Amino acid sequence: MTLELQPSRRGFLRQTGLLGLAVSAVTFLPRMAYASWNKAAFGAKTMADTYKAMGVDSPTVSADIQLNAADIAENGAVVPVEAISKIPNTTQISFLVEKNPAMLTAQFDIGPDTLPQISTRVKMGQTSNVIALVKADGKFYTASKEIKVTLGGCGG
Amino acid sequence: MGNPMKIRAVSKDGVTEVKVLMNHPMETGLRKDAAGALIPALFITEVTAKLNDKVVLQAQWGQSVAKNPYLGFKVKGGKPGDKVTISWVDTSGDTRSDQATVN
Repeated sequence: MTLELQPSRRGFLRQTGLLGLAVSAVTFLPRMAYASWNKAAFGAKTMADTYKAMGVDSPTVSADIQLNAADIAENGAVVPVEAISKIPNTTQISFLVEKNPAMLTAQFDIGPDTLPQISTRVKMGQTSNVIALVKADGKFYTASKEIKVTLGGCGG
Repeated sequence: MGNPMKIRAVSKDGVTEVKVLMNHPMETGLRKDAAGALIPALFITEVTAKLNDKVVLQAQWGQSVAKNPYLGFKVKGGKPGDKVTISWVDTSGDTRSDQATVN
């Protein structure tokens, strides 16, 4: 009995071991598909801390970034913004709202075939500068625009 | 599982334009309900966009992306019949993935 069981037990262990590996691979795969969320940057309360957490060192103001948004946002809860970078080798575009409780709104890492042009909608608590931060060739560039908010969108 | 997204992908002159409308409350954690109690934060933190099997855009979001987020971007290549897949993860660990066909 034991002699009969021995090989199948080994086989069973080997199989479950493999199965376990396969299961864990499947479970972890969806997480691996995502970049790890930069908690420090999104939780930072000052511009200096935000830039530090993002690895940004004194970005250059650039006229090659076009930041499209209305001058006045009637509803701060939904403010459409668009950034277009004409800087070669742009790999990242981020949006920051200077006077929001947490400034960093969104960071987009773009692939080589993706055009450096992103549009989205942000929330604004009050009239503030909105900054488009572009990373190209490892360097950072910014463009900013003041958007006047007549009704705040951060509640509270 | 979250609510379904609306995805539109149109190919024109060798560039595919993708427009996504997600269905998510994007709670900041700063808002109060009628009783004055804080509504806990619940927002999308990570978004991935794929054209067929290739990742073309990865985003990290904070709480100040507007409710029911909109995302627009353009990718070189892509032809009618190709698949665009958008997935997100939020602060509760909930995920959602939707696919659309390029027109």
